Amino acid sequence: MASYSELQQCVISGDKTRVKELTQAFLDNGKLPKEILDEGLIPGMAVVGKKFEACEFFIPEMLLSARALNAGLDLLKPLLEASDVKPIAKVLIGTVQGDIHDIGKNLVSAMLRGGGFEVIDAGVGVSPDQFVELAKETGVDIVGLSALLTTTMTAMKDTVQAFESDGSRNKIKIMIGGAPVTTKYAEEIGADGYARNASAAVEMAKKLIGAR
Amino acid sequence: MFDALAYETSHEMGFGRALHPLRCGFDLVLGAGQVFPEVNFTLPIMRVDKGNLPEILEQYKEMVSNVLQRLAILQVPGAVIEFEHTPQMTEQVDMGAEITAQIKKLMESYYQRYGLKTALRTTICDIRETERPPKMRTGDVVQRVFESFRMNANNGTDLLSVESTGGKEVNDRALMEASLPGLLLALGVLAPRDMHFLWSQIYNIAQEVKVIAAGDSACAFANTAMILADQRYIPNVVAAVVRAMSAVRSLVAFEEGAVGPSKDCAYEGPVIKAITGYPISMEGKSAACAHFSHLGNIAMAVTDLWSNESVQNVKLLSGFAPEVFTEILAYDCRLMNEALLAGDEQALKKWLVVSDETKSVHALIISPEASHRIARAIVSEKTDFARTRCAGMVACGIIRSAIRENRLSLSEREVAYLNRLEDEFEKYSDAETVLETALPDYEDLFLLSEYGL
Repeated sequence: MASYSELQQCVISGDKTRVKELTQAFLDNGKLPKEILDEGLIPGMAVVGKKFEACEFFIPEMLLSARALNAGLDLLKPLLEASDVKPIAKVLIGTVQGDIHDIGKNLVSAMLRGGGFEVIDAGVGVSPDQFVELAKETGVDIVGLSALLTTTMTAMKDTVQAFESDGSRNKIKIMIGGAPVTTKYAEEIGADGYARNASAAVEMAKKLIGAR
Repeated sequence: MFDALAYETSHEMGFGRALHPLRCGFDLVLGAGQVFPEVNFTLPIMRVDKGNLPEILEQYKEMVSNVLQRLAILQVPGAVIEFEHTPQMTEQVDMGAEITAQIKKLMESYYQRYGLKTALRTTICDIRETERPPKMRTGDVVQRVFESFRMNANNGTDLLSVESTGGKEVNDRALMEASLPGLLLALGVLAPRDMHFLWSQIYNIAQEVKVIAAGDSACAFANTAMILADQRYIPNVVAAVVRAMSAVRSLVAFEEGAVGPSKDCAYEGPVIKAITGYPISMEGKSAACAHFSHLGNIAMAVTDLWSNESVQNVKLLSGFAPEVFTEILAYDCRLMNEALLAGDEQALKKWLVVSDETKSVHALIISPEASHRIARAIVSEKTDFARTRCAGMVACGIIRSAIRENRLSLSEREVAYLNRLEDEFEKYSDAETVLETALPDYEDLFLLSEYGL
């Protein structure tokens, strides 16, 4: 029978087909879904994250690995849900009202997914009220706001205030990012964190969840 | 469709001189022996809506007055002022047009008082990508975009521009996957189709209002790629090859009637100039206020306008940032203009190129020589797809030669991607194969009918 080490390697090399085959084989051999996840898939993806941090992987390689991971997860998900095993956390992410730039947001989404988060992408030009509604509907732990323009950064403040007015601010953590955004601005508007790039966003999300 | 080059050799191309000089605005002539600053600026952190239009107008008044004053004090012979819309200024058509009118009035007063020759470029925001999938040809948003072009032209714009985004939705994903079929679909099929649609209409509006259809930029494609590569998210070679490929979609604006100057952030400008002979605008070290690049000096080599891309209206020690960057541009242009006057422009051009050319693959690909080779490849092909593919293949060849000749150093990881690109260019030789291969992976992102497919 294959080893978890082989499963990890297949995640790292982005071999979607083999990850699916191995995951199924482990299940057929009576392995618990959580064990397959914890011993095979997640450690494989953790190596990918480290390689990316060390500039040994580009995003295209990381996406291949994330797809391979998902091929295994697709098999495990129904079984994990049945046994009440959840992702690290759920993140709602979107580009704020008035702004249409989304590649940064998409990168953060990809990195968060690769890091084990469940991501709900709200799209671009998302109004403060839409963020509040979607956060409620989906029961997320973190809300990520993206803006590229100095003239749309103010919508980040409006969104934080919308959560305050709604009374749901203390149920979520808010992180912000984008070219003109700074740590200082995050502090000024009452956000919980700022990330300067997609990799930092994953670290910040983990930190925010750990801090809860 | 251009089927020949405007310049037979890259040596003939230089800064400040274009084969087809362009008269615009208040007596400004571009490409006729001088390089002029193109100054751009943006609002500080503030809300943009009709509710605070007086405050917005006050900000623009301050920025433009400061810029014009510094131009006059430094005896700059002329300049282009660029007013680049935020999305709200195109969405709320009256707002953008009112700002344009105010800026033009200020420019006119400086022309009358000091004889300062200027022209106003307005860059409309391509808000069609607000929706997903984007409505490129139908619906209210595209009509608002055209209305914005018309109203801004009526209110004093001399040069109409846009950084259009047709195909960007596919290009973004293809970049992150480093997928050549995806890039060919975006840049070889969708983007040129959208450019034909968009620029034929912009040209009609320009003709109707008697202003100039200036040019576009592949910013949303190639600059996105360059910035992603700078952050080590994607390979630099992919970004550099995308730069060459994207020149084809930018050229379409000129096929539809644009006459320059192309946009400052269009680093594909030298390719455009090599083919069309129209003046171009470029940005380099003086745009470090807006973004990082590897192109600080080399971008000046064949330009007709020298830009700072964008800077916020924030206070620095010597004044507000837009006027500070105006001064920096003015001195760069003074240097180039003195070289032109003395007949020493080839010497300066050489050093501008040599100082950057082999330091990065991004610089290598926009050198006059490389741009000219890419331009020659483009005009040798008959369809937008074939041109895009050919431009990419030639870019690969330029990079490969530079590595072989030890002029450029690339990591093994980068070389592996170059190998892959070369192989895949051979494999995807026609638009049909690309559509067949790439459509299943990208069809969720766009509507075929919005690209006339």
